[in-house]
Amino acid sequence: MTVTDKEYETAFGQPLRRKEDAHLITGQTRWVDNLSAPGMLYAAYLRSPMAHAKIRVNTEAAKSYPGVVAVYSAEDFGAAQAVIPDAWTVHPDMKKPVMTPLATDEVRYAGEPIAVVVAETRYQATDALEAIEVDYDPLPAVIDLEAAIGDDSPLVHSSIGTNTCFYIESPGEAYAAAKAQAEADGGVVITRRFLQQRLLPTPMEPRAVLVVPTIDDLTVYASTQIPHVLRLLLAMLTGHPEHKLRVVAPDVGGGFGGKINCLAEEIIGVHLAKRLGRPVKWTETRSENFLQMHHGRAQIQDIELAATREGKLLGLKVDLIADLGAGLRLFTAGVPMFGAAMFNAIYKMDAYQFNCRTVFTTMTPTDAYRGAGRPEATFAIERMMDELAAELGMDPIEVRKKNWIEHHEFPYTTISGSIYDSGNYEAATERAVELFGYDELKAEQKARRERGDRMQLGIGVSTFTEACGLAPSRVMGQLGVGAGGWERAEIRVTLTGKIQVVSGSTPHGQGHWTAWSQLVSDKLGVPFEDVELLAGDTATGPQGMDTYGSRSLVVGGSAIVKACDKVIEKAKRIAAHTLEANPDDLEFAAGVFTVKGSPGPQMAFVEVAAAAQLAHNIPDGMEPSLNSAYTFDPINLSYPHGTHLCCVEIDTETGFTSIYRYACVDDVGTVVNPMIVEGQIHGGLVQGIAQALFEEAVYDEAGNLITGTLVDYLLPSAADVPSFLTDRTETPSTDNPIGAKGVGEAGCIASTPAVVNAIVDALRPYGVNDVRMPCTPERVWRAIQGGQSQSGSVAKGGAQ
Amino acid sequence: MVSINVTVDGRSESHDVEPRLLLVHYLRDVVGKVGTPIGCDTSNCGACTVSFNGQSIKSCSMLAVQADGGDVLTIEGLAGTVETDLHPMQEAFRECHGLQCGYCTPGMIMAACDLLKENPNPSEAEIREGIEGNLCRCTGYHNIVRAVQTAAASMSGTGVSS
Ligand code: FES
Ligand code: FES
Repeated sequence: MTVTDKEYETAFGQPLRRKEDAHLITGQTRWVDNLSAPGMLYAAYLRSPMAHAKIRVNTEAAKSYPGVVAVYSAEDFGAAQAVIPDAWTVHPDMKKPVMTPLATDEVRYAGEPIAVVVAETRYQATDALEAIEVDYDPLPAVIDLEAAIGDDSPLVHSSIGTNTCFYIESPGEAYAAAKAQAEADGGVVITRRFLQQRLLPTPMEPRAVLVVPTIDDLTVYASTQIPHVLRLLLAMLTGHPEHKLRVVAPDVGGGFGGKINCLAEEIIGVHLAKRLGRPVKWTETRSENFLQMHHGRAQIQDIELAATREGKLLGLKVDLIADLGAGLRLFTAGVPMFGAAMFNAIYKMDAYQFNCRTVFTTMTPTDAYRGAGRPEATFAIERMMDELAAELGMDPIEVRKKNWIEHHEFPYTTISGSIYDSGNYEAATERAVELFGYDELKAEQKARRERGDRMQLGIGVSTFTEACGLAPSRVMGQLGVGAGGWERAEIRVTLTGKIQVVSGSTPHGQGHWTAWSQLVSDKLGVPFEDVELLAGDTATGPQGMDTYGSRSLVVGGSAIVKACDKVIEKAKRIAAHTLEANPDDLEFAAGVFTVKGSPGPQMAFVEVAAAAQLAHNIPDGMEPSLNSAYTFDPINLSYPHGTHLCCVEIDTETGFTSIYRYACVDDVGTVVNPMIVEGQIHGGLVQGIAQALFEEAVYDEAGNLITGTLVDYLLPSAADVPSFLTDRTETPSTDNPIGAKGVGEAGCIASTPAVVNAIVDALRPYGVNDVRMPCTPERVWRAIQGGQSQSGSVAKGGAQ
Repeated sequence: MVSINVTVDGRSESHDVEPRLLLVHYLRDVVGKVGTPIGCDTSNCGACTVSFNGQSIKSCSMLAVQADGGDVLTIEGLAGTVETDLHPMQEAFRECHGLQCGYCTPGMIMAACDLLKENPNPSEAEIREGIEGNLCRCTGYHNIVRAVQTAAASMSGTGVSS
C-alpha cells in the first residue's frame, strides 16, 4: 500500500515517509568530500606501518614534489599541535598518557599519523607521502591483553610505568556469600570466559574534514556525530576562540559511534588552514578508516553466576579486562564502565560484583561502537542465562521468567543501583514466542535431532535491556564524564506560520528531519510539511550535545516538545488578547485556539503567528515573537527492552551457519515513527549478527591489522542475512514527556547473544558449551569435532 | 595527460586526464558528479556503482581513460531532479525506507536497476545475491530488499505492493 502522508489526522505515531530521502535518492548530497572551496588544498597523512617504534622523521624531500605546498611532522608544530583529548575520568588514579595528533618521537599503533602533506590535488598529496623519510627503531608490540598486565611485559607508554590504565574492584563479600549458599544448598555455580572480539564501526562514509579559514573566522566541515562537542574541543585545543569557530556536519553517512571523536585530522586540519590561509580538505580511505577510526568491544569477560537448583539467581561476578588500545580518546576509558551497571540486566539477584582492569596495547584505540559497553554486558548475561538453563535442564525462557523483574515491580532499583522506570518483559516475551513460532521450531529441532539430520537447528534467546538517552548531567558528572547530558531545541515560527526547528541533536541517518517534524506537527497542529529542521551546524544551533547513546528522541525530542509548550503559552496570550478572553479559558487543539465551552470565536495558530510578528495588537509588554527554546536535562536514563529469538541452521559437516528465523519484539516506549523504529532495529540486528558470525579485527603478533580492508573484514552483505520478523510492545518511559526510550542501539545489543545462544544450543548434543565469536564455519566445525568450549585468548588476535 | 570524451548523464564531456585517474574521481572531481560517493579502496562496497554503456560497474575499479567514448549514467541522471519525476527504484527506496544515512543508496539503486533489467521478477534470494556487491551498514538490507521487490512490481506493471 502506498502511504500518503495526508491520510493521517495526526503525524505522531505514523510511518510517514522520510523528508530527508529526496536528496539522498537523487544524489543531491552534501557529504564533506562533495564540498569544495575556492583555493582548496588537499591533505594526506603518512601513517605508521609499525605497531610500536621510536621514530625520526625527515620531510625535506617531499617538499619539492609537484604540487606540494607544505609538509609537516610533529616537530613543526611543537607544543602548539595539542593533544588527543579524552573526556572521561573514570577513576581519579587512572593513567592518562599523552598522545599527540602527529606522533611525537614514538608510534604506538599501526596507522598512527606521523606527517601530513598538503598539495594542490588529491593525487599529488598522496604521491609525496613516499618521499617522507622515517627511521623506525622498533619497540615490542603489545598485543596479548593478559600478557600486557604482567610485570615483565613491554610497556606501551614507558612514561606511566605500567600498561594498566586503571583497576576497579567492587566489594566481594555479598557475592562470596551467594556462591557459598549455592554450593551449600546443592545449587549451581557456572563460570565462563567470553571474548568480545575487536570490531570496526565501519560507517559507509569514511571520515572527512574540510577547514575553510577567512580573515575573521574558521569553518570546519566534518563528517562527525558531534559538531558541538567538536567545536568546543577544537577551540580548547587550538586556542581558536569558540565563538569564531563554526563546525558543520552536513550530510553524514553513518556513525555508529565511530564519529564521536576529535582526532588528528580534525586538529591538524585547523592548524593547516590557519597556517596556510587556504581551505584544506582531507578524506579518509577505507584502509585508513580501519586503522584510525576507533575500534569497538575488545574485552575478556570472566563471568561467574551462582543460582539455586530451581534456577533462581543468587549472585553474579564479572571480571573484565578491557583493551583500550594505544591511548585514550574521548570515551575510551568509560566504555567498559558504561556496561558495568548492565550485566545484571533485567534480573533480580542479591549479589553483584564487578571488577575491571583496563589495559593499553599497541593497537588502534577503542571507544564507543554501537552500544558501547552494553552489548558486551548483555552478551555475557544472556549467554549465562542460556548456560544456566542448560545446566538445570530448564527451558531458557522459563529460567528467565523466574528471575526477571515483573511488570508490577517498576520502578525498580537494580542490584547495580540503576532505577528502571518501566517495562513489561512478560508481554514482549509472550508476543515474541508467538511471532517466532517457538514451540513449532522446538519440535522441528527435536525431530531433526532424532533423525540425525545433517542440517541441525538451534534456538537462542535474548531478553535484553539497555540504558539509553545519555542523559542526566548530574549523573554524568558523578561518573566523571567531562560533559553535560542535556539537549537543546529552539522553535522558530515565521510570520506565515511555518516552523523551523533548531535542534542540537545531529542526524547521520536516523531520520531527525522527519521525526522532529512529526513531533512539532503534533504539538502545534501545523502540517507536517510546514516544519523544517536546522541541525548539524553550530552557526544555526549554537548549543547542543549531539548524537550518541540512543539519546536523540529521548533527550533532543523532549527538548522540542518542551519548547513547543513554550510557543503555545506565548501564542495563547496573543490569542486570548485577540479573542478578548482570559488565557486560562482557552483551549488549544489541532492548531486552533477556542474558548472553552463556547462554539464562538476561534483563532488558528497561523493567525497567531502572523499577529505575533505584525505586533500591531499584542498584549502590553509582550515580545513580538513566538520563538522559544528549551534545554532538556532528563532525570534518568531510559531502559528499552525486548525479547529476541533466533533459530540457526547449521550444516554439521561444514560448520556453515545461517539464520533460519529471527523474531524480535522490542519495547522502546512511545513511538513517533514506527517505520523509522523498525529500520533502526533491522540495521542494529545485522550489526549484532555480524559480531556473532562474521566480523573481527585481527592483529598479527607484530601488531599489524591483518583485516585492514573490506576484502578481509567481513561486513555482511544482503546475501548473508535474512529478513526479520519484528513487532513491538509499548511501555512508555515515565521520565520524559514523550515516553520514548531510545532505539538506536537496541538491535545491535540484543542480537549477538541470541545468535550465539542458538549456535551453542544446536551443538549441545556434541558436548559444546561455547563457541568463540565470530562463529565462523571453521570454528563451528571444530567445536563439533572437539566437542568443547572454544574460549581462547582474545589477545591472540583471533587468528585461530 | 590523455584526452577523453565521455557522455555523462546525457551530456558530452571532454577533458585531459592523467592516465591513472579513476573513473569515480573523474566523475566527482573533474565532472562534478559528486552524487556518486566512494566507500572503499578495494572495490568491495559498491557505493560508487554507475551504469557504463548500460551495465552497472563499480566506477572505482575503472580508469577514466577506459571510459573514453563511453556513456556513463549516474544516480544524478537516473531521473529528473524534482520529486514528481523519480525513477520507480528511487520511489521504492523512499516508500520502503530502504535508506537511512543514504551513503550506499546511489550505488544500491544503480545496482538494483541493473538487476531488474536482467531479471525483472527476482525472488528474495535472487535480490539478495544480486546486490551482494553493495554494502549497507545502516538498514540491515531488510527494507532494501522490500524496495527492490516493490520497484519490480511497479515496473512490471503489476502495481505497488508493500
Ligand atoms: S568505492 Fe567503489 S566499490 Fe567501494
Ligand atoms: S543507508 Fe547508510 S550505508 Fe546504507
